[in-house]
Amino acid sequence: MATVTFDNATRQYPGNPVPSVDKLNIEIADGEFLVLVGPSGCGKSTSLRMLAGLEEVNGGRILIGDRDVTNLSPKDRDVAMVFQNYALYPHMTVADNMGFALKIAGVDKGEIRKRVEEAAKILDLTPYLDRKPKALSGGQRQRVAMGRAIVRSPQVFLMDEPLSNLDAKLRVQTRTQIASLQRRLGVTTVYVTHDQVEAMTMGDRVAVLKDGILQQCDSPRRMYDHPANVFVAGFIGSPAMNLMDVPVTEGGVDLHGHTVPIAREDLAGVGNHVTLGVRPEDLDLSSDASGIPVTVDVVEELGADAYIYGTADAKLLEATGENAGAVPFIARVDGRRPPEKGEKIYLKPKTGHVHVFNADSGLRVGD
Amino acid sequence: MTLEITTARPEAALLDLPWSTPLEEWPESYLAALPRGISRHVVRFVRLGPRVLAVKEIKDDIADREYAMLRNLRRLDVPSVEPFGVVHGRTTSDGEPLDACLITKHLQFSLPYRALYSQNLRPDTAVRLMDALALLLVRLHLEGFWWGDVSLSNTLFRRDAGAFAAYLVDAETGELHARLSDGQREHDLDIARINIAGELMDLAAGGFLEEHADPFEVSASIIERYHTLWDALTGTERFESGDRWRVDERIRRLNELGFDVDELSITTDIGGTEIVITPKVVDAGHHSRRLLRLTGLDVGENQARRLLNDLDAYTAATDRQGEDEEIVAHDWLTRVYEPITRAVPRELTSRLEPAEVFHEVLEHRWYMSERAGHDTPIEEALRDYVSTVLPAKPEEKAVLGVDTEEMPVISMFD
Repeated sequence: MATVTFDNATRQYPGNPVPSVDKLNIEIADGEFLVLVGPSGCGKSTSLRMLAGLEEVNGGRILIGDRDVTNLSPKDRDVAMVFQNYALYPHMTVADNMGFALKIAGVDKGEIRKRVEEAAKILDLTPYLDRKPKALSGGQRQRVAMGRAIVRSPQVFLMDEPLSNLDAKLRVQTRTQIASLQRRLGVTTVYVTHDQVEAMTMGDRVAVLKDGILQQCDSPRRMYDHPANVFVAGFIGSPAMNLMDVPVTEGGVDLHGHTVPIAREDLAGVGNHVTLGVRPEDLDLSSDASGIPVTVDVVEELGADAYIYGTADAKLLEATGENAGAVPFIARVDGRRPPEKGEKIYLKPKTGHVHVFNADSGLRVGD
Repeated sequence: MTLEITTARPEAALLDLPWSTPLEEWPESYLAALPRGISRHVVRFVRLGPRVLAVKEIKDDIADREYAMLRNLRRLDVPSVEPFGVVHGRTTSDGEPLDACLITKHLQFSLPYRALYSQNLRPDTAVRLMDALALLLVRLHLEGFWWGDVSLSNTLFRRDAGAFAAYLVDAETGELHARLSDGQREHDLDIARINIAGELMDLAAGGFLEEHADPFEVSASIIERYHTLWDALTGTERFESGDRWRVDERIRRLNELGFDVDELSITTDIGGTEIVITPKVVDAGHHSRRLLRLTGLDVGENQARRLLNDLDAYTAATDRQGEDEEIVAHDWLTRVYEPITRAVPRELTSRLEPAEVFHEVLEHRWYMSERAGHDTPIEEALRDYVSTVLPAKPEEKAVLGVDTEEMPVISMFD
């Protein structure tokens, strides 16, 4: 078991004017499940590979525990890339399927058997150890493959989009399995995905990257409630946060005559405009004609709730990440009495549930 | 959704395949071979006109990626299966969406390793397979390709004059970089070693592995073979400026390994007493390119080496060393090579490739001569080979079946 430290770790490809990973600083605690997430090209996989020893580190250091591994070869780092393409061998027993890689590493027989039995216990495979994979169900086979990584008892597990091969239903199942397994094993794990839902449901902490730069590294809750900048605000959450450009007034910001109160000291020095973010679930239908006027285009009824997608009379910002391009105004309303398509409604943010960002820097204003 | 077929060779017959049926349920009438088991993804071989195609059902984005990757690898002239197309937008008759299909051409006369091991084998088969796979891996790495899932089951083998030539079959995990780091190369080797050990241990558990072959030794040997070859191809050499012959010597060595040197960097130190050479660009296929230029024959590297040797022998025997090489080569082709390869009866042509037959006939003559204690004429060797040896060989033109024995790990669930 070990901590992992990215200390100003930088990777710049030859001929590329900007680094693919730029001065990355993350400290991962022993036993923690950290998810690296971001849009394609953000540097998440490169960061993982730097840790694995597959990418050269041009600047900074990477530590596993107290050991500087920056210049060690992959096999000397005691990390295991858990990899989606494990095959099982039909003529070998389940125990041999799990333990054969240890034999290659020269681990003695007794020790192999011990580790295989321990892993089998965790994976509920003990009764099957002497059987052939053919006798197993699909889910059990899947666990045997995981067992192959577990018996190596590495200090760190690395997983690069391990679910990308699966269809939506299997993704959810396997996601849960991996997360619960990791918690039982308590092995420090770094997991890469482009899917923010996956990141938010699996990670103890989530690190969001964009253009090679770490945007924020926090628990899923904190990330959701306190996005550090406009990018994170738009990237995390599904459906996406509504982001709009609004004028600053006395004591707050103005939404079509409705003042959203913001602490005066927070608004000092931000200029005339800020970016205001409101999550779809943080909006109330207004009984008078104040707030954001929205014409309803689509109503998505989900039973208890309904989402409305509409055209707002507001300067909406382009969304990012998987929500990119789509910029309707989205609100969650009571599913029993949703507005109708074509109706014009007024929406007000719930008190205390707005996010304010500097219009120039995109950084969060206030807490 | 509408069916969308991307292919470099539009063929109307593609539209006749039952795309609205999950691949696993395709009727036998379409299949060129029956599935012999299960693999990670569903794969089927279908006949389309004169061709056999491999169809693999995978997620849309992965299908596109692998198709593009295989096209890139072909462009880089790395031995790999030829991509044929991708089919998107499949739906069942009820409108349920189906995964995409990646289509590749079946590589004629190629053999999956499990098929090889089910035959009677020469004792050093495992070693020859490692040689072939190490060479393939070096060639891929020289082009900046990181494989990510090196294994015997992701490779097909073709006979190559007593050796084997390896072809990449599965590029699903692969990535193309400008250059690979040492760590990436080591990682591929590590994956190779573990996968191959697993595959050989499985053969041993099934009773298919030759007795003295140790899965660990064999799988570890790929690393040594790889490094030897990599160093020979890319290593820097220093010598005194008086030893200039060593430049030619290095090129000759690379040619012998089957590589042409397209770019060699030569530098001297400030005093000019020491010369440093490093091959910058090397290109596989030294012998096969030369043979192609001389005769138009497109064959494996070792087969080409063998044929060129025979051409040299012919040139010497007919005392035509001073003549234009191409003219002599043409005569050799029409007087020696073609009469032999054409003597194979039609019903036996699907046993071995013509160049491999030629190689075997030469081998056969050598053994006959040794037994007889005197030279055997090639015609006699040919007659004997065609009537006694070739008919006993298995059909190898279309040995189908990716590694259908392995178990799916991810794609099936409780």
